[in-house]
Amino acid sequence: MIEFQNVTKIYESGDKKVTAVNNINFHVEPGEICVFLGPSGCGKTTLLRMVNRLIPITSGSIEVEGKNINSMDIIKLRRSIGYVIQHNGLFPNMTIEDNINVVPKMLGWDQNRMKNRYSELMEMMGLDPGQFQKRYPYELSGGQQQRIGIARALAADPPVMLMDEPFGALDPVIRDRLQNEFLRIQKEMKKTILFVSHDIDEAIKLGDKVAIFDTGKLMQIGTPDEILSNPKNDFVRDFVGDDRALKRLTLLKVRDLMVLSDRFRKSRLNSEWHGQVISVNENLKTALSQLLSAPNGEICVVDDHNKKLGVLCVSDFNLFTEVHPKDISIVR
Amino acid sequence: MSGKKTEKIVKAGLYVVVISILGWAYFSGAFQFIIDNPKDLLYLTGQHLKLVGISAALAIATAIPLGILITRPKFKKLDWIVLNFANIGQTVPSLAILALVMSYFGLGWQTAIFALWFNSLLPILRNTVAGIENVNPQIIDAGKGMGMTSKQIFFKLELPNALYAIMAGIRTSVVINVGTGALAFLIGGGGLGDLIFTGISLYDTGIMLSGAVPVILLAVLLDVLLGKLEKIIVPRGLQRTLEAA
Repeated sequence: MIEFQNVTKIYESGDKKVTAVNNINFHVEPGEICVFLGPSGCGKTTLLRMVNRLIPITSGSIEVEGKNINSMDIIKLRRSIGYVIQHNGLFPNMTIEDNINVVPKMLGWDQNRMKNRYSELMEMMGLDPGQFQKRYPYELSGGQQQRIGIARALAADPPVMLMDEPFGALDPVIRDRLQNEFLRIQKEMKKTILFVSHDIDEAIKLGDKVAIFDTGKLMQIGTPDEILSNPKNDFVRDFVGDDRALKRLTLLKVRDLMVLSDRFRKSRLNSEWHGQVISVNENLKTALSQLLSAPNGEICVVDDHNKKLGVLCVSDFNLFTEVHPKDISIVR
Repeated sequence: MSGKKTEKIVKAGLYVVVISILGWAYFSGAFQFIIDNPKDLLYLTGQHLKLVGISAALAIATAIPLGILITRPKFKKLDWIVLNFANIGQTVPSLAILALVMSYFGLGWQTAIFALWFNSLLPILRNTVAGIENVNPQIIDAGKGMGMTSKQIFFKLELPNALYAIMAGIRTSVVINVGTGALAFLIGGGGLGDLIFTGISLYDTGIMLSGAVPVILLAVLLDVLLGKLEKIIVPRGLQRTLEAA
Protein backbone atom coordinates (compact mmCIF):
# COMPACT_ATOMS: atom_id res chain seq x y z
CA MET A 1 0.00 0.00 0.00
CA ILE A 2 1.33 3.38 -0.98
CA GLU A 3 -0.47 6.53 0.03
CA PHE A 4 0.13 10.04 -1.30
CA GLN A 5 -1.28 12.85 0.83
CA ASN A 6 -1.13 16.46 -0.35
CA VAL A 7 2.26 15.73 -1.90
CA THR A 8 3.89 18.87 -3.28
CA LYS A 9 7.31 19.59 -4.72
CA ILE A 10 8.44 23.14 -5.31
CA TYR A 11 11.79 23.95 -6.87
CA GLU A 12 13.20 27.33 -5.95
CA SER A 13 15.90 29.06 -7.94
CA GLY A 14 16.47 32.67 -6.99
CA ASP A 15 13.09 34.36 -6.82
CA LYS A 16 11.46 31.85 -9.15
CA LYS A 17 9.31 29.07 -7.81
CA VAL A 18 8.40 26.13 -9.97
CA THR A 19 5.78 23.70 -8.75
CA ALA A 20 6.77 20.35 -10.19
CA VAL A 21 4.26 18.31 -8.23
CA ASN A 22 1.09 20.01 -7.04
CA ASN A 23 -0.93 18.67 -4.11
CA ILE A 24 -1.28 15.05 -5.14
CA ASN A 25 -3.70 12.73 -3.30
CA PHE A 26 -4.31 9.08 -4.08
CA HIS A 27 -3.38 5.62 -2.96
CA VAL A 28 -2.27 2.39 -4.54
CA GLU A 29 -3.53 -0.93 -3.17
CA PRO A 30 -1.14 -3.77 -2.36
CA GLY A 31 -0.36 -5.93 -5.38
CA GLU A 32 -1.49 -3.28 -7.85
CA ILE A 33 0.40 -1.80 -10.76
CA CYS A 34 -0.23 1.93 -10.95
CA VAL A 35 1.05 3.56 -14.13
CA PHE A 36 1.99 7.26 -13.98
CA LEU A 37 1.19 8.64 -17.39
CA GLY A 38 1.71 12.05 -18.89
CA PRO A 39 3.83 14.20 -21.22
CA SER A 40 7.43 15.12 -20.38
CA GLY A 41 7.70 17.55 -17.52
CA CYS A 42 4.33 16.63 -16.05
CA GLY A 43 5.92 15.60 -12.76
CA LYS A 44 5.44 11.84 -13.02
CA THR A 45 9.13 10.97 -12.63
CA THR A 46 9.55 13.55 -9.87
CA LEU A 47 6.68 11.98 -7.97
CA LEU A 48 8.18 8.51 -8.43
CA ARG A 49 11.61 9.60 -7.22
CA MET A 50 10.06 11.18 -4.16
CA VAL A 51 8.90 7.75 -2.99
CA ASN A 52 12.44 6.52 -2.33
CA ARG A 53 13.52 10.01 -1.38
CA LEU A 54 15.89 10.56 -4.31
CA ILE A 55 14.03 13.87 -4.43
CA PRO A 56 13.04 15.40 -1.08
CA ILE A 57 9.39 16.21 -0.56
CA THR A 58 8.45 19.88 -0.04
CA SER A 59 5.18 19.34 1.77
CA GLY A 60 2.64 16.59 2.32
CA SER A 61 3.46 12.99 3.08
CA ILE A 62 4.03 9.66 1.39
CA GLU A 63 3.34 6.44 3.28
CA VAL A 64 4.74 3.11 2.16
CA GLU A 65 3.33 0.03 3.90
CA GLY A 66 1.77 2.29 6.50
CA LYS A 67 4.97 4.11 7.40
CA ASN A 68 5.78 7.72 6.60
CA ILE A 69 8.90 7.62 4.43
CA ASN A 70 10.37 10.69 6.08
CA SER A 71 10.39 8.94 9.44
CA MET A 72 12.40 6.01 8.05
CA ASP A 73 16.16 5.68 7.69
CA ILE A 74 16.84 6.74 4.09
CA ILE A 75 19.24 3.86 3.33
CA LYS A 76 16.91 1.23 4.82
CA LEU A 77 13.96 2.72 2.96
CA ARG A 78 15.74 2.51 -0.39
CA ARG A 79 16.92 -1.04 0.21
CA SER A 80 13.33 -2.07 0.89
CA ILE A 81 12.09 -0.67 -2.43
CA GLY A 82 13.00 -2.13 -5.82
CA TYR A 83 14.22 0.46 -8.31
CA VAL A 84 14.42 0.04 -12.09
CA ILE A 85 15.43 2.82 -14.49
CA GLN A 86 15.15 3.27 -18.21
CA HIS A 87 18.67 2.39 -19.29
CA ASN A 88 18.81 -0.45 -16.76
CA GLY A 89 21.68 1.21 -14.83
CA LEU A 90 23.60 -2.06 -14.56
CA PHE A 91 27.06 -1.64 -13.07
CA PRO A 92 29.55 -2.27 -15.90
CA ASN A 93 32.37 -3.21 -13.51
CA MET A 94 30.42 -6.08 -11.96
CA THR A 95 29.39 -9.48 -13.31
CA ILE A 96 25.71 -10.26 -13.83
CA GLU A 97 25.64 -12.28 -10.61
CA ASP A 98 27.23 -9.46 -8.61
CA ASN A 99 24.83 -6.95 -10.16
CA ILE A 100 21.83 -8.98 -9.09
CA ASN A 101 23.22 -9.51 -5.61
CA VAL A 102 23.97 -5.84 -4.86
CA VAL A 103 21.10 -5.33 -2.43
CA PRO A 104 21.19 -8.81 -0.80
CA LYS A 105 24.92 -8.30 -0.20
CA MET A 106 24.29 -4.95 1.48
CA LEU A 107 21.61 -6.62 3.59
CA GLY A 108 24.17 -9.19 4.71
CA TRP A 109 22.74 -12.38 3.19
CA ASP A 110 25.02 -15.43 3.27
CA GLN A 111 26.65 -16.78 0.10
CA ASN A 112 24.33 -19.75 -0.32
CA ARG A 113 21.19 -17.71 -0.02
CA MET A 114 22.48 -15.21 -2.59
CA LYS A 115 23.45 -17.99 -5.00
CA ASN A 116 20.01 -19.61 -4.75
CA ARG A 117 18.26 -16.29 -5.17
CA TYR A 118 20.36 -15.52 -8.23
CA SER A 119 19.44 -18.83 -9.90
CA GLU A 120 15.79 -18.43 -8.97
CA LEU A 121 15.59 -14.92 -10.46
CA MET A 122 17.44 -15.85 -13.63
CA GLU A 123 15.08 -18.76 -14.25
CA MET A 124 12.13 -16.48 -13.64
CA MET A 125 13.51 -14.11 -16.29
CA GLY A 126 14.02 -16.99 -18.71
CA LEU A 127 17.81 -16.72 -18.69
CA ASP A 128 20.26 -19.54 -18.00
CA PRO A 129 21.88 -18.88 -14.59
CA GLY A 130 25.12 -20.72 -15.38
CA GLN A 131 25.62 -19.12 -18.75
CA PHE A 132 25.39 -15.53 -17.49
CA GLN A 133 26.92 -15.82 -14.02
CA LYS A 134 30.41 -14.62 -14.89
CA ARG A 135 29.48 -12.40 -17.81
CA TYR A 136 29.46 -8.62 -17.85
CA PRO A 137 26.61 -6.27 -18.81
CA TYR A 138 28.23 -5.18 -22.11
CA GLU A 139 28.04 -8.80 -23.32
CA LEU A 140 24.22 -8.80 -23.13
CA SER A 141 21.60 -7.49 -25.54
CA GLY A 142 19.40 -4.54 -24.55
CA GLY A 143 16.46 -6.81 -23.73
CA GLN A 144 18.60 -9.13 -21.62
CA GLN A 145 20.12 -6.17 -19.78
CA GLN A 146 16.68 -4.82 -18.95
CA ARG A 147 15.62 -8.24 -17.64
CA ILE A 148 18.68 -8.27 -15.39
CA GLY A 149 17.75 -4.75 -14.27
CA ILE A 150 14.31 -6.00 -13.20
CA ALA A 151 15.78 -9.14 -11.59
CA ARG A 152 18.19 -6.95 -9.64
CA ALA A 153 15.32 -4.84 -8.32
CA LEU A 154 13.47 -8.00 -7.27
CA ALA A 155 16.52 -9.56 -5.62
CA ALA A 156 15.75 -8.81 -1.99
CA ASP A 157 12.03 -9.43 -2.58
CA PRO A 158 10.88 -5.87 -1.80
CA PRO A 159 7.11 -5.43 -1.42
CA VAL A 160 7.22 -2.21 -3.44
CA MET A 161 8.83 -1.51 -6.80
CA LEU A 162 9.50 1.78 -8.59
CA MET A 163 9.96 1.52 -12.33
CA ASP A 164 10.94 4.55 -14.40
CA GLU A 165 10.12 3.77 -18.05
CA PRO A 166 11.86 0.40 -17.82
CA PHE A 167 10.94 -0.62 -21.37
CA GLY A 168 11.29 2.85 -22.92
CA ALA A 169 14.59 2.25 -24.68
CA LEU A 170 13.71 -1.10 -26.27
CA ASP A 171 12.49 -1.79 -29.77
CA PRO A 172 8.74 -2.52 -30.10
CA VAL A 173 9.04 -6.30 -30.52
CA ILE A 174 11.30 -6.80 -27.50
CA ARG A 175 9.27 -4.28 -25.51
CA ASP A 176 6.06 -6.21 -26.16
CA ARG A 177 7.72 -9.48 -25.13
CA LEU A 178 9.13 -8.00 -21.93
CA GLN A 179 5.78 -6.44 -21.05
CA ASN A 180 4.14 -9.87 -21.32
CA GLU A 181 6.83 -11.49 -19.21
CA PHE A 182 6.55 -8.71 -16.69
CA LEU A 183 2.81 -9.31 -16.37
CA ARG A 184 3.37 -13.05 -15.98
CA ILE A 185 5.93 -12.46 -13.21
CA GLN A 186 3.72 -9.91 -11.50
CA LYS A 187 0.90 -12.47 -11.38
CA GLU A 188 3.06 -14.59 -9.09
CA MET A 189 4.88 -11.84 -7.23
CA LYS A 190 1.99 -9.50 -6.48
CA LYS A 191 4.22 -6.51 -5.86
CA THR A 192 2.90 -3.02 -5.37
CA ILE A 193 4.35 -1.24 -8.38
CA LEU A 194 4.59 2.39 -9.43
CA PHE A 195 5.40 2.50 -13.11
CA VAL A 196 6.24 5.65 -15.07
CA SER A 197 5.37 5.67 -18.75
CA HIS A 198 4.58 8.15 -21.51
CA ASP A 199 2.98 5.50 -23.68
CA ILE A 200 -0.80 5.18 -23.37
CA ASP A 201 -0.82 1.69 -24.88
CA GLU A 202 1.73 0.48 -22.34
CA ALA A 203 -0.30 2.04 -19.53
CA ILE A 204 -3.51 0.30 -20.66
CA LYS A 205 -1.74 -3.00 -21.04
CA LEU A 206 0.12 -3.04 -17.74
CA GLY A 207 -1.82 -0.84 -15.35
CA ASP A 208 -4.40 -1.94 -12.84
CA LYS A 209 -4.74 1.76 -12.33
CA VAL A 210 -3.61 4.61 -14.54
CA ALA A 211 -2.83 8.06 -13.11
CA ILE A 212 -2.64 10.83 -15.67
CA PHE A 213 -0.63 13.95 -14.84
CA ASP A 214 -0.22 17.34 -16.42
CA THR A 215 1.93 20.24 -15.18
CA GLY A 216 2.30 18.65 -11.77
CA LYS A 217 -1.40 18.03 -11.23
CA LEU A 218 -3.22 14.72 -11.10
CA MET A 219 -5.77 14.91 -13.92
CA GLN A 220 -7.48 11.57 -13.46
CA ILE A 221 -6.87 8.24 -11.82
CA GLY A 222 -8.80 5.09 -12.51
CA THR A 223 -8.76 1.72 -14.18
CA PRO A 224 -7.73 1.76 -17.84
CA ASP A 225 -11.38 1.19 -18.78
CA GLU A 226 -12.57 4.17 -16.73
CA ILE A 227 -9.93 6.39 -18.29
CA LEU A 228 -10.80 5.30 -21.81
CA SER A 229 -14.58 5.20 -21.52
CA ASN A 230 -14.99 8.23 -19.33
CA PRO A 231 -12.17 10.75 -19.63
CA LYS A 232 -12.67 13.41 -17.00
CA ASN A 233 -11.52 16.49 -18.91
CA ASP A 234 -10.19 17.72 -22.23
CA PHE A 235 -6.59 17.06 -21.34
CA VAL A 236 -7.21 13.39 -20.61
CA ARG A 237 -9.41 13.08 -23.71
CA ASP A 238 -6.64 14.52 -25.88
CA PHE A 239 -3.94 12.51 -24.22
CA VAL A 240 -5.60 9.14 -24.61
CA GLY A 241 -6.40 10.02 -28.22
CA ASP A 242 -9.42 10.03 -30.53
CA ASP A 243 -9.10 6.31 -31.01
CA ARG A 244 -9.78 5.63 -27.36
CA ALA A 245 -12.81 3.51 -28.25
CA LEU A 246 -10.54 1.28 -30.31
CA LYS A 247 -8.05 1.14 -27.45
CA ARG A 248 -10.83 0.05 -25.13
CA LEU A 249 -11.46 -2.92 -27.40
CA THR A 250 -8.12 -4.37 -26.35
CA LEU A 251 -9.29 -4.40 -22.74
CA LEU A 252 -12.38 -6.47 -23.38
CA LYS A 253 -12.78 -10.06 -24.47
CA VAL A 254 -15.27 -11.62 -26.85
CA ARG A 255 -16.70 -13.27 -23.74
CA ASP A 256 -17.58 -9.87 -22.29
CA LEU A 257 -19.67 -8.94 -25.30
CA MET A 258 -21.37 -12.35 -25.29
CA VAL A 259 -22.64 -11.85 -21.78
CA LEU A 260 -24.75 -8.90 -22.88
CA SER A 261 -25.82 -10.04 -26.28
CA ASP A 262 -28.79 -12.42 -26.24
CA ARG A 263 -29.33 -12.31 -29.95
CA PHE A 264 -25.80 -13.52 -30.32
CA ARG A 265 -26.51 -16.74 -28.42
CA LYS A 266 -29.64 -17.62 -30.32
CA SER A 267 -28.09 -17.26 -33.73
CA ARG A 268 -27.55 -20.03 -36.21
CA LEU A 269 -25.66 -22.45 -34.07
CA ASN A 270 -26.84 -25.63 -35.67
CA SER A 271 -25.79 -24.96 -39.21
CA GLU A 272 -22.44 -26.09 -40.51
CA TRP A 273 -19.80 -23.35 -40.20
CA HIS A 274 -17.21 -22.83 -42.93
CA GLY A 275 -16.05 -19.29 -42.19
CA GLN A 276 -13.54 -17.90 -39.71
CA VAL A 277 -13.54 -18.79 -36.02
CA ILE A 278 -12.33 -16.83 -32.99
CA SER A 279 -11.64 -17.87 -29.41
CA VAL A 280 -13.98 -16.55 -26.74
CA ASN A 281 -10.88 -15.37 -24.83
CA GLU A 282 -9.57 -13.22 -27.68
CA ASN A 283 -9.78 -9.44 -27.23
CA LEU A 284 -12.41 -7.45 -29.06
CA LYS A 285 -9.97 -5.52 -31.19
CA THR A 286 -8.77 -8.72 -32.83
CA ALA A 287 -12.38 -9.84 -33.18
CA LEU A 288 -13.37 -6.61 -34.92
CA SER A 289 -10.37 -6.83 -37.18
CA GLN A 290 -11.34 -10.39 -38.19
CA LEU A 291 -14.95 -9.37 -38.71
CA LEU A 292 -13.95 -6.56 -41.05
CA SER A 293 -12.12 -9.05 -43.22
CA ALA A 294 -14.75 -11.80 -43.00
CA PRO A 295 -16.52 -12.19 -46.37
CA ASN A 296 -20.04 -12.61 -44.95
CA GLY A 297 -19.58 -10.24 -42.01
CA GLU A 298 -19.83 -12.98 -39.40
CA ILE A 299 -17.39 -15.05 -37.41
CA CYS A 300 -17.96 -18.07 -35.23
CA VAL A 301 -17.00 -17.92 -31.57
CA VAL A 302 -15.51 -21.06 -30.05
CA ASP A 303 -14.44 -21.91 -26.50
CA ASP A 304 -11.18 -23.47 -25.36
CA HIS A 305 -12.32 -26.92 -26.45
CA ASN A 306 -13.27 -25.67 -29.90
CA LYS A 307 -16.98 -25.97 -29.10
CA LYS A 308 -19.05 -23.51 -31.11
CA LEU A 309 -20.76 -20.95 -28.91
CA GLY A 310 -22.35 -18.58 -31.36
CA VAL A 311 -21.87 -16.13 -34.19
CA LEU A 312 -20.55 -12.61 -33.88
CA CYS A 313 -21.27 -9.78 -36.30
CA VAL A 314 -20.39 -6.09 -36.46
CA SER A 315 -23.77 -4.96 -35.13
CA ASP A 316 -23.03 -6.77 -31.86
CA PHE A 317 -20.51 -4.01 -31.23
CA ASN A 318 -23.45 -1.62 -30.70
CA LEU A 319 -23.56 -3.01 -27.20
CA PHE A 320 -19.93 -2.22 -26.70
CA THR A 321 -20.46 1.16 -25.05
CA GLU A 322 -22.58 -0.51 -22.38
CA VAL A 323 -19.91 -3.04 -21.58
CA HIS A 324 -17.83 -2.29 -18.52
CA PRO A 325 -15.60 -4.80 -16.76
CA LYS A 326 -17.26 -3.85 -13.46
CA ASP A 327 -20.79 -4.61 -14.73
CA ILE A 328 -19.65 -7.81 -16.34
CA SER A 329 -18.26 -9.17 -13.12
CA ILE A 330 -21.70 -8.60 -11.57
CA VAL A 331 -23.49 -10.38 -14.42
CA ARG A 332 -21.06 -13.26 -14.15
CA MET B 1 38.82 -5.38 -36.13
CA SER B 2 40.83 -3.89 -38.98
CA GLY B 3 41.85 -1.05 -36.66
CA LYS B 4 43.42 -3.58 -34.34
CA LYS B 5 45.29 -5.21 -37.17
CA THR B 6 46.78 -1.94 -38.37
CA GLU B 7 47.71 -1.12 -34.80
CA LYS B 8 49.62 -4.37 -34.53
CA ILE B 9 51.43 -3.80 -37.83
CA VAL B 10 52.41 -0.26 -36.86
CA LYS B 11 53.66 -1.45 -33.48
CA ALA B 12 55.71 -4.25 -35.01
CA GLY B 13 57.14 -1.80 -37.56
CA LEU B 14 58.20 0.59 -34.82
CA TYR B 15 59.93 -2.18 -32.92
CA VAL B 16 61.81 -3.19 -36.07
CA VAL B 17 62.97 0.40 -36.62
CA VAL B 18 64.12 0.82 -33.00
CA ILE B 19 65.93 -2.51 -32.95
CA SER B 20 67.68 -1.84 -36.25
CA ILE B 21 68.87 1.58 -35.04
CA LEU B 22 70.18 -0.01 -31.86
CA GLY B 23 71.89 -2.72 -33.91
CA TRP B 24 73.45 -0.13 -36.17
CA ALA B 25 74.67 1.87 -33.15
CA TYR B 26 76.04 -1.27 -31.55
CA PHE B 27 77.98 -2.41 -34.57
CA SER B 28 79.45 1.03 -35.18
CA GLY B 29 80.94 0.79 -31.72
CA ALA B 30 78.76 3.39 -30.07
CA PHE B 31 78.25 1.26 -26.99
CA GLN B 32 81.92 0.65 -26.34
CA PHE B 33 81.46 2.69 -23.18
CA ILE B 34 78.82 0.33 -21.87
CA ILE B 35 80.92 -2.70 -22.60
CA ASP B 36 83.87 -1.13 -20.81
CA ASN B 37 81.90 0.22 -17.81
CA PRO B 38 78.90 -2.02 -17.14
CA LYS B 39 78.96 -1.13 -13.46
CA ASP B 40 78.67 2.60 -14.10
CA LEU B 41 75.68 2.04 -16.32
CA LEU B 42 74.00 -0.20 -13.79
CA TYR B 43 74.60 2.31 -11.01
CA LEU B 44 73.25 5.23 -13.02
CA THR B 45 70.22 3.24 -14.19
CA GLY B 46 69.49 2.40 -10.58
CA GLN B 47 69.75 6.05 -9.65
CA HIS B 48 67.47 7.00 -12.53
CA LEU B 49 64.88 4.43 -11.50
CA LYS B 50 65.02 5.72 -7.95
CA LEU B 51 64.33 9.28 -9.13
CA VAL B 52 61.44 8.20 -11.32
CA GLY B 53 60.07 5.70 -8.82
CA ILE B 54 60.04 7.99 -5.82
CA SER B 55 58.69 10.99 -7.69
CA ALA B 56 55.99 8.90 -9.39
CA ALA B 57 54.98 7.28 -6.12
CA LEU B 58 54.72 10.70 -4.49
CA ALA B 59 52.77 12.06 -7.44
CA ILE B 60 50.32 9.14 -7.31
CA ALA B 61 50.00 9.51 -3.56
CA THR B 62 49.13 13.20 -3.87
CA ALA B 63 47.32 13.52 -7.20
CA ILE B 64 44.81 10.67 -6.81
CA PRO B 65 43.55 11.66 -3.34
CA LEU B 66 43.49 15.29 -4.45
CA GLY B 67 41.56 14.36 -7.58
CA ILE B 68 39.07 12.37 -5.52
CA LEU B 69 38.72 15.20 -3.03
CA ILE B 70 37.85 17.81 -5.63
CA THR B 71 35.19 15.60 -7.21
CA ARG B 72 33.34 15.36 -3.86
CA PRO B 73 30.32 17.68 -3.84
CA LYS B 74 31.68 19.64 -0.88
CA PHE B 75 34.90 20.59 -2.63
CA LYS B 76 33.60 20.83 -6.16
CA LYS B 77 34.13 24.60 -6.16
CA LEU B 78 37.84 24.17 -5.61
CA ASP B 79 38.52 22.07 -8.65
CA TRP B 80 39.44 24.92 -10.98
CA ILE B 81 42.04 26.24 -8.53
CA VAL B 82 43.66 22.85 -8.13
CA LEU B 83 43.59 22.01 -11.82
CA ASN B 84 45.08 25.38 -12.76
CA PHE B 85 47.83 24.91 -10.21
CA ALA B 86 48.65 21.50 -11.66
CA ASN B 87 48.45 22.97 -15.16
CA ILE B 88 51.26 25.32 -14.24
CA GLY B 89 53.32 22.33 -13.14
CA GLN B 90 52.95 20.93 -16.62
CA THR B 91 53.25 24.11 -18.68
CA VAL B 92 56.39 25.53 -17.15
CA PRO B 93 59.36 23.82 -18.84
CA SER B 94 60.93 21.12 -16.69
CA LEU B 95 64.27 22.86 -16.87
CA ALA B 96 62.78 26.08 -15.51
CA ILE B 97 61.20 24.18 -12.63
CA LEU B 98 64.56 22.63 -11.86
CA ALA B 99 66.17 26.04 -11.82
CA LEU B 100 63.43 27.55 -9.66
CA VAL B 101 63.40 24.71 -7.19
CA MET B 102 67.18 24.61 -7.05
CA SER B 103 67.35 28.22 -5.95
CA TYR B 104 65.31 27.23 -2.93
CA PHE B 105 66.32 23.67 -2.09
CA GLY B 106 69.90 23.79 -3.35
CA LEU B 107 71.57 21.04 -5.34
CA GLY B 108 70.92 17.31 -4.93
CA TRP B 109 68.54 14.51 -5.71
CA GLN B 110 65.83 15.77 -3.32
CA THR B 111 65.52 18.84 -5.52
CA ALA B 112 65.30 16.66 -8.60
CA ILE B 113 62.58 14.53 -7.03
CA PHE B 114 60.58 17.60 -6.05
CA ALA B 115 60.75 18.96 -9.59
CA LEU B 116 59.83 15.61 -11.14
CA TRP B 117 56.96 15.21 -8.70
CA PHE B 118 55.59 18.66 -9.53
CA ASN B 119 55.94 17.96 -13.21
CA SER B 120 54.01 14.68 -13.13
CA LEU B 121 51.05 15.78 -11.00
CA LEU B 122 48.86 17.04 -13.81
CA PRO B 123 48.33 13.95 -15.98
CA ILE B 124 47.33 11.88 -12.97
CA LEU B 125 45.22 14.59 -11.40
CA ARG B 126 43.41 15.48 -14.59
CA ASN B 127 42.70 11.87 -15.47
CA THR B 128 41.48 11.10 -11.97
CA VAL B 129 39.03 14.01 -12.10
CA ALA B 130 37.92 13.23 -15.65
CA GLY B 131 37.59 9.52 -14.90
CA ILE B 132 35.36 10.08 -11.90
CA GLU B 133 33.29 12.82 -13.51
CA ASN B 134 32.68 10.70 -16.61
CA VAL B 135 31.20 7.77 -14.73
CA ASN B 136 27.70 7.31 -16.20
CA PRO B 137 25.36 9.31 -13.91
CA GLN B 138 22.65 6.68 -14.41
CA ILE B 139 24.58 3.99 -12.59
CA ILE B 140 25.14 6.44 -9.74
CA ASP B 141 21.41 7.12 -9.70
CA ALA B 142 20.68 3.38 -9.71
CA GLY B 143 23.15 2.85 -6.87
CA LYS B 144 21.58 5.62 -4.81
CA GLY B 145 18.07 4.38 -5.48
CA MET B 146 19.06 0.88 -4.38
CA GLY B 147 20.23 2.21 -1.04
CA MET B 148 24.01 2.41 -1.40
CA THR B 149 25.73 4.70 1.08
CA SER B 150 27.93 7.44 -0.41
CA LYS B 151 30.97 5.42 0.66
CA GLN B 152 29.67 2.38 -1.21
CA ILE B 153 28.90 4.49 -4.25
CA PHE B 154 32.47 5.74 -4.26
CA PHE B 155 34.29 2.43 -3.70
CA LYS B 156 31.99 0.15 -5.67
CA LEU B 157 30.94 2.42 -8.53
CA GLU B 158 32.92 5.62 -9.00
CA LEU B 159 36.44 4.38 -8.32
CA PRO B 160 36.32 1.06 -10.23
CA ASN B 161 34.72 2.74 -13.22
CA ALA B 162 37.34 5.52 -13.22
CA LEU B 163 40.33 3.18 -12.88
CA TYR B 164 40.98 2.93 -16.59
CA ALA B 165 41.42 6.70 -16.92
CA ILE B 166 43.46 6.93 -13.73
CA MET B 167 45.84 4.22 -14.90
CA ALA B 168 46.25 5.99 -18.25
CA GLY B 169 47.26 9.13 -16.36
CA ILE B 170 49.83 7.23 -14.33
CA ARG B 171 51.31 5.67 -17.45
CA THR B 172 51.61 9.03 -19.18
CA SER B 173 53.26 10.72 -16.26
CA VAL B 174 55.73 7.89 -15.58
CA VAL B 175 56.85 7.81 -19.20
CA ILE B 176 57.29 11.59 -19.28
CA ASN B 177 59.16 11.34 -16.01
CA VAL B 178 61.71 8.87 -17.34
CA GLY B 179 62.62 11.39 -20.02
CA THR B 180 62.59 14.44 -17.78
CA GLY B 181 64.62 12.50 -15.21
CA ALA B 182 67.63 12.82 -17.50
CA LEU B 183 67.73 16.54 -16.60
CA ALA B 184 68.29 15.70 -12.93
CA PHE B 185 72.00 15.43 -13.60
CA LEU B 186 72.14 19.18 -14.16
CA ILE B 187 71.40 19.86 -10.51
CA GLY B 188 73.44 17.00 -9.13
CA GLY B 189 70.58 14.54 -9.03
CA GLY B 190 72.46 11.81 -10.87
CA GLY B 191 70.74 9.35 -13.18
CA LEU B 192 71.34 8.47 -16.81
CA GLY B 193 71.51 12.16 -17.69
CA ASP B 194 75.07 11.89 -16.40
CA LEU B 195 76.14 9.93 -19.49
CA ILE B 196 74.06 11.97 -21.90
CA PHE B 197 75.39 15.36 -20.81
CA THR B 198 78.95 14.08 -20.43
CA GLY B 199 78.71 12.70 -23.96
CA ILE B 200 77.43 16.01 -25.26
CA SER B 201 80.14 18.08 -23.65
CA LEU B 202 82.86 15.68 -24.83
CA TYR B 203 81.42 15.45 -28.37
CA ASP B 204 81.36 11.70 -27.77
CA THR B 205 78.35 10.08 -29.43
CA GLY B 206 79.15 6.75 -27.83
CA ILE B 207 78.88 7.98 -24.26
CA MET B 208 75.82 10.04 -25.10
CA LEU B 209 74.01 7.12 -26.70
CA SER B 210 74.92 4.79 -23.87
CA GLY B 211 72.88 7.13 -21.69
CA ALA B 212 70.12 7.93 -24.16
CA VAL B 213 69.33 4.38 -25.26
CA PRO B 214 68.75 3.04 -21.73
CA VAL B 215 66.43 6.00 -21.09
CA ILE B 216 64.38 5.03 -24.14
CA LEU B 217 64.34 1.36 -23.20
CA LEU B 218 63.37 2.24 -19.64
CA ALA B 219 60.46 4.33 -20.84
CA VAL B 220 59.18 1.61 -23.15
CA LEU B 221 59.66 -1.10 -20.54
CA LEU B 222 57.83 0.82 -17.81
CA ASP B 223 54.97 1.60 -20.17
CA VAL B 224 54.59 -2.07 -21.06
CA LEU B 225 54.75 -3.12 -17.40
CA LEU B 226 52.17 -0.54 -16.39
CA GLY B 227 50.02 -1.73 -19.29
CA LYS B 228 50.13 -5.25 -17.83
CA LEU B 229 49.31 -3.89 -14.38
CA GLU B 230 46.37 -2.02 -15.89
CA LYS B 231 44.97 -5.29 -17.31
CA ILE B 232 45.10 -6.75 -13.79
CA ILE B 233 43.53 -3.95 -11.77
CA VAL B 234 40.95 -2.49 -14.16
CA PRO B 235 37.66 -4.49 -13.87
CA ARG B 236 37.24 -6.87 -16.80
CA GLY B 237 33.79 -5.61 -17.62
CA LEU B 238 35.26 -2.20 -18.43
CA GLN B 239 38.21 -3.33 -20.50
CA ARG B 240 35.90 -5.01 -22.95
CA THR B 241 33.61 -2.01 -23.21
CA LEU B 242 36.54 0.18 -24.10
CA GLU B 243 37.90 -2.24 -26.65
CA ALA B 244 34.50 -2.55 -28.29
CA ALA B 245 34.00 1.22 -28.45
